[in-house]
Amino acid sequence: MEKKLKWTEPDQWGYYGEFGGSYISEMLYPNVEELRQHYVEILKDPSFISEFQLLLRDYAGRPTPLFYAERLSDKYKSQIYLKREDLCHTGAHKINNTIGQILMAIRRGKKRIIAETGAGQHGVATATVCALKGLECIVYMGEKDIERQAPNVARMKMMGAVVIPAVSGSKTLKDATNEAIRDWINHPEDTHYIIGSVVGPHPYPDMVARFQSVISEEMKKQLEEHTGRTIPHRVIACVGGGSNAAGAFYHFLENEEVELIAVEAAGEGVDSGKSAATTALGKSGVLHGSKSLVMQTDDGQVVEPHSISAGLDYPGIGPLHADLFKRGRAKFMNATDEDALKAAFELSRLEGIIPALESAHALSVLGKIGLKPEETTVVCLSGRGDKDLATYMKNMDLK
Amino acid sequence: MSRIRILFQKKNKKVLNVYCTAGFPQLNSTIEVMQALEKNGADIIELGMPYSDPLADGPVIQASSMVAIQNGMTVKELFRQLKGFREKISVPVVLMGYMNSALQYGFEKFCEDASALGVDGLILPDLPIHEFDSYYGAIIKKNNLDFIFLVTPETSEDRIRELDKRSSGFIYAVSSSSTTGSDKDMSHVDAYLKKLSGYKLNNPVLVGFGIKDKESFEKASRHTNGAIIGSAYIKALQQSNDVAKATKEFLEPVLN
Repeated sequence: MEKKLKWTEPDQWGYYGEFGGSYISEMLYPNVEELRQHYVEILKDPSFISEFQLLLRDYAGRPTPLFYAERLSDKYKSQIYLKREDLCHTGAHKINNTIGQILMAIRRGKKRIIAETGAGQHGVATATVCALKGLECIVYMGEKDIERQAPNVARMKMMGAVVIPAVSGSKTLKDATNEAIRDWINHPEDTHYIIGSVVGPHPYPDMVARFQSVISEEMKKQLEEHTGRTIPHRVIACVGGGSNAAGAFYHFLENEEVELIAVEAAGEGVDSGKSAATTALGKSGVLHGSKSLVMQTDDGQVVEPHSISAGLDYPGIGPLHADLFKRGRAKFMNATDEDALKAAFELSRLEGIIPALESAHALSVLGKIGLKPEETTVVCLSGRGDKDLATYMKNMDLK
Repeated sequence: MSRIRILFQKKNKKVLNVYCTAGFPQLNSTIEVMQALEKNGADIIELGMPYSDPLADGPVIQASSMVAIQNGMTVKELFRQLKGFREKISVPVVLMGYMNSALQYGFEKFCEDASALGVDGLILPDLPIHEFDSYYGAIIKKNNLDFIFLVTPETSEDRIRELDKRSSGFIYAVSSSSTTGSDKDMSHVDAYLKKLSGYKLNNPVLVGFGIKDKESFEKASRHTNGAIIGSAYIKALQQSNDVAKATKEFLEPVLN
């Protein structure tokens, strides 16, 4: 295997170490190949960069603050900062990627946008940018998730998106992704598929990571203002597919002084049979167009994961993260549904910030990693908790 | 010479390849279905290994795969069922499935075992050229298995030639648009297949979409070496409890 120079850079075939690549059928090849040939050039185009940055600033509301969480820091006797992605337009970091990809789609002359969504956050972020740019938007969502996430379905529809239920397989995120890919196969010319995480065939993992890398780019500048140093001791982020973690880690990956902690969803416990902790339970395999770690049976059938947080309820993980795990650059931990709920209540009480359940997984490890008083830790607060209120209300006794 | 090659050399009529899902409709009906297909005129059997996320298949085949998985079908179980099948079935058999199934079995062992059992070739739609060249292709060849690549109307001529170079057995021509059926679409398909035939490829070409009866079989194979029936046969199996009868009733009108 070729030696890779940088953690962030896959080789020309999209491999991060042994993971990645482009395991797609010939039906998808022209679409993916066209994107692969043009994405780097478009990303480097000064007019693309300025358009992207302007929208991030004026539309998404960036830069998002880096907030020193004083009471949380007191509790854990350390220096804890929160990267406030929850303050982005639409309430999560997902918009960074959808803005980038809609501009990419427009440059390539695409008229029709498709996306998959689990909890609906990425679907909302996609519907948002499609409304902004006047493009047709079709969102695939598992039939079960449509029932569970009615407010987000309503938001998408209000912005003009068509929400199509995925009725195959387990009727959740994995199947919505399958349906979106099938749609793409059937519309090879006019359609761009906005994947919501650092998953899928090359170049998606790299492209999405680059759009999300604005998170750590801002963190460096903001840390310097707060602490005088551009690096923290560690960064903590939750990982489903891994887009906010990829963004939060990106500019620190080459600096091995910075400890990176990825927190997966253990659901009801890693060994409970109801979990989404892919690095703990998964094996190398191919899912949705790339080789990565996948939760699967011995026969290679993809297993239905479980997490209280729909955003982490995915049986795979991006190839970048599989590589970080395999080669030990990031430390992978996990948090149960209950750990996440407790952490969400704690942050709400201590800082007046209600986090998304996904982000609460990242917060929940603060008490488990032996924080030292002089250390600075940044937790990526990837989204706000409004969407999870129904779950929080059911669990008020956990406070 | 491979069984598939001999077939194309000998056959003076159009070749009919029929797809079936291993372990469907019953876990143990695999061999029975294959025998019924051979008996009723199928020239090649494309045996699907059921997978939870079959991106290159439509809803009918996916549904049959879900049933097969629930029935308990796995690659190991399939290979157990295929033991000795060459005593009962003589037409070429190609396994169709997805990379992850082969990877979990162990790719090398998968090819060795399939070949030893008497399987003739593989269709793995999510194994692309780069991965084929860098590792997997050599293992497939070493085990004397034919490998069948797919081409679509959007595949460029240069790429079709690259795929033809690496293929053996036949080339599988699919449509990237599953919404065929109208006259306008059929004339598109006709033009595409005519173009393919004009390339004078090394491999025979079988067409694999929207074939459901005699008329569509004849249309599709007008410019090619034959065609593949998939979903339509699975539907016929779904609607009957009698594999032999359903297969006979389905294939007879196609071939006569």
